[in-house]
Amino acid sequence: MDAGKDDKPAPARYRTSVERKSARELVVTRSFNAPPPLVFKAWTTPRLLMRWWAPKSFGISFVSCEADVRVGGSYRFVFSHPASAQPMAFFGKYIEVIPNARLAWTNEEGGEAGAVTTVTFEQRGDETLVVLHDLYPSKEALDAAIASGSACGFEETFAQLDDFLAAPAP
Amino acid sequence: MHAAIFFAILNHMVHYQTTRLDASFAALADATRRGILERLGREDASITELAEKFDMSLTGMKKHVGVLERAGLVATEKVGRVRTCKLGQRRLEAETAWIDGYHRQWAARFDALDKVVEELKRKEKTGGRRKRR
Repeated sequence: MDAGKDDKPAPARYRTSVERKSARELVVTRSFNAPPPLVFKAWTTPRLLMRWWAPKSFGISFVSCEADVRVGGSYRFVFSHPASAQPMAFFGKYIEVIPNARLAWTNEEGGEAGAVTTVTFEQRGDETLVVLHDLYPSKEALDAAIASGSACGFEETFAQLDDFLAAPAP
Repeated sequence: MHAAIFFAILNHMVHYQTTRLDASFAALADATRRGILERLGREDASITELAEKFDMSLTGMKKHVGVLERAGLVATEKVGRVRTCKLGQRRLEAETAWIDGYHRQWAARFDALDKVVEELKRKEKTGGRRKRR
């Protein structure tokens, strides 16, 4: 098969790791091959956010993306999906903004049980280590997200959705 | 918007298309039944305890538990006169599946972010003064 140098697996730091750090906290870690100001810019510029926040494999597309990145500023991301008649909106407020270093925002679309997301951008040589925390208000809130989100196995769910979408309309 | 655009889509579908979807979706489309699962995630409970907790008749609670049991989300066992409910195998697997989906979501995003960041880097190099390393 192709054994070109492009086929080498990416170094571990360029892989995304996820850990359920406590009963109410999830931590995502990933390095990027660029200094913090560039990575920060991609997280805080709507035009750029729209290019990576909902990649093609999600099967959804941005309708609009607003992000007023300052303490107390709001964001609102609206998506459409072919299977859903209504657009979906995700929104909240930025509660911490330290340029090139740290961002935190609320997630309010689900009501009061939403997580607070904190992202830090740390310089590591020429690279940036991104650490993202999703902190839920309680164990129950994270459990509820899991209970309502995972009807059954992920693969199985999507197989079912595929079948459902392929079925002829009534 | 952190978590689970995928799951939001699923939830929408649960709301709009319940009748066409299978037992798991239907079982989870009901707030009481999601509450029962959360409760059983903390500790096992009898039907009577659940009925009291959710301020519901014994018959009503039996129906809800029946729906969850058929979906594999809850298992029950009768000891003497008491029927004890606990999480079913499917529910226990659900957390792993959810974390896996969450992981994929971020991995896919970050792979796309790589491309954006690469482009910003190139622009910065060609844009300002011509830098050589």
